Amino acid sequence: MNSKKSDFVKFEQVDKSYDGKELVVKGLDLDIAEGEFLTLLGPSGSGKTTTLMMLAGFETPTNGEIYFDGLPINNIPPHKRGIGMVFQNYALFPHLSVYENLAFPLKVRKVDKSEIEERINKTLKMVSLTGFENRMPAQLSGGQQQRVAVARALVFDPKLVLMDEPLGALDKNLRESMQYELKHIHESLGVTVVYVTHDQGEALTMSNRIAVFNDGKVQQLSGPNELYETPVNSFVASFIGENNTFTGTVKEIASGSAKIETDSGETIVANPIAVSSSGEKSRISLRPERVSIDPNEQLENKFTSEIREIIYHGDHTRVRVNLLGNDDFILKVPNASSDLKLNVGDKLDLGWSSHDCRALDY
Amino acid sequence: MTAEIRTSDGELLSIKLKKVERRRRTTAFLLAAPLLFFIVFTYVIPIFQMLGRSIDNVQMNEFLSETHEVMQTWDGSEMPGEDVTSTFYYELKTAVENKYHGKIATRLNYEKGGFTSLIKKTSRKLENFDENGNFLEQFIDVHKKWGDIEYWLAMKRGTDAYHFRKYLTTFDFEQKFDGSIERIEEKKRINVTLWLRTIFVAVGVTFCCFILAYPISHLLSVLPTRYSNLLMICVLLPFWTSLLVRTSSWMVLLQKQGVLNDTLVSLGIVADESRLELMYNMTGTFIAMTQILLPFMVLPLYSVMKTISPSLMRAATSMGATPFHAFRKIYFPLTYPGISAGSILVFVLAIGYYITPALVGGAKGILISNRIAYHMQQSLDWSLATAMATVLLIAVLVVYWLYNKIVGIDNMRLG
Repeated sequence: MNSKKSDFVKFEQVDKSYDGKELVVKGLDLDIAEGEFLTLLGPSGSGKTTTLMMLAGFETPTNGEIYFDGLPINNIPPHKRGIGMVFQNYALFPHLSVYENLAFPLKVRKVDKSEIEERINKTLKMVSLTGFENRMPAQLSGGQQQRVAVARALVFDPKLVLMDEPLGALDKNLRESMQYELKHIHESLGVTVVYVTHDQGEALTMSNRIAVFNDGKVQQLSGPNELYETPVNSFVASFIGENNTFTGTVKEIASGSAKIETDSGETIVANPIAVSSSGEKSRISLRPERVSIDPNEQLENKFTSEIREIIYHGDHTRVRVNLLGNDDFILKVPNASSDLKLNVGDKLDLGWSSHDCRALDY
Repeated sequence: MTAEIRTSDGELLSIKLKKVERRRRTTAFLLAAPLLFFIVFTYVIPIFQMLGRSIDNVQMNEFLSETHEVMQTWDGSEMPGEDVTSTFYYELKTAVENKYHGKIATRLNYEKGGFTSLIKKTSRKLENFDENGNFLEQFIDVHKKWGDIEYWLAMKRGTDAYHFRKYLTTFDFEQKFDGSIERIEEKKRINVTLWLRTIFVAVGVTFCCFILAYPISHLLSVLPTRYSNLLMICVLLPFWTSLLVRTSSWMVLLQKQGVLNDTLVSLGIVADESRLELMYNMTGTFIAMTQILLPFMVLPLYSVMKTISPSLMRAATSMGATPFHAFRKIYFPLTYPGISAGSILVFVLAIGYYITPALVGGAKGILISNRIAYHMQQSLDWSLATAMATVLLIAVLVVYWLYNKIVGIDNMRLG
């Protein structure tokens, strides 16, 4: 393959409003690279589905332009865009068999009969549904319907496939195995995928990059690692993964560390991400797994907490403690450390490094 | 090796299951029982009585039972003998005494015109008969029609307890006295025309309803609820108005001096002297029936379209189908259950429609049901009326049967 375009799909200053009063998508700039698996992640109403629908052509941007493979596509109707799509409820044609469902996009393209058969066989094999050709959609389980929907979106070899919360209706186990399957399909075909979900686990598992949406804007666009480890603002920090927070005011800031006085009067040493001067209000974010219990090493932050609740979770135990006035401070204790005797009301010494504790916007 | 499966208390599973099922079935039956009895007594039994009436001539057979019996030995090739005429004389005499000779006259008149006056005149003169003389001659003396063998043949046939001749009349055929079946003379043929017109109107009205209802049902199914409710009320509004009022308002609109013609004339589209004939013909029947039956098409269509996810059309277009192609291959086939349910509903209602054609149809726009009503109320030939009604019923059942064969009754969605 020749060199891949980094701006295979390009959103340029795209706004979208339905009612003329509120913008659902605000000034969206987004480049999607060829062959990439990009996830639009966000709570409901954040504009991620609208973004996808604009790309598919079912919604028109109120302002701005979308480019697909270098061409502006605002005025191209959906059926001429050649973009595959997997819908939330699969949208399989209930009156057509699996084979006919898959043949539909090929017949529209006037592919000849033998090639249709060949391509359908190949695609069904890819989603491990060989032998299901003559079933009707109603005779398939949810997971199988899901695979047919994916197969149907891929069978006509689109360069771009959009997926709108395709796993939302499946149960947890099936959803997880489908995540791996979709990831493998993407890797083997090299097709560009834009995936919409509100499930962060799904996003982290499958994506090359994740665009976190909130309030019609992309809050952060980066790989799963950076997103989890280095969130740029408190929305991303709280939306991705579990998060303990303190609020406070910056007292002193110097060379990669900031002293912040919390609302309870204690001072925490933190990593200044979104604060730059003393006197600023800040929300400090700290992942539960970055907190050490009974720290013996040299850590900048060491405090004593009181256990409020112990919740058994199988592979780990969650401990809710009161720390520096925060009654909802969560710790994750792996089950390997079962020698640790925990009781509600006990005092527990905790500590963490200033690097892991990020001072973000308030 | 099939081991018998038993429940924990040792009973055979199959028997136990039946017991439990039986209780459930009894409950279900009891719930349905009141309606079932109501339907049996007010619907099923009357229908069978009606079917019977179309072939039933038992009363007539009893009035002239002995004459009928004696006539069985008469071959009809020449005038009946004294055994027949004398028996008829005595039975007619009894009839006059008990005052049911009028019924005999009416009944026999269905078999052959002229019998009414014949029987009435004969009844008046009966007391002058010489019971020792030749009866046939005395009958002929009273009225020369008694010399016509056809009247005696008609009497033989008209006193059969059961006959199917009304069904022949329904299709403009008659049975000659020699047993051959022929079409009746051309100027009397009316029923076949009416049957054909009824089917044509029913099919046409169904088609017009479909054409009008399909787009509006689609709109109803995609509009947000608050708009669709309002629109739905507009569609259903006619339901809340009396059928008679609605039909009368069509008369106001469609008549020659009516609103529609006045408007067309004042707009200069139609000249005053050539106002459109929109009423008292087929046009009137068509327009009014289409409007009145429209909701029966809209409701099933709407209920089916409501269940079609909009993402199906999106999916089809995302795969490269033009909106028209997506409609033809995806949306339209998915609405078949609604189309077929609506069509069969409208067709069955239209084929038996009565009030509207009676009021706006005129002579050229009446349908078979108006003819049935005519025989029930005017000509009082109930046998013919019920024979026609039976044919109508069978026609509807055939439509259902075809529907079940082609579409399957399970696929019907009425709302």
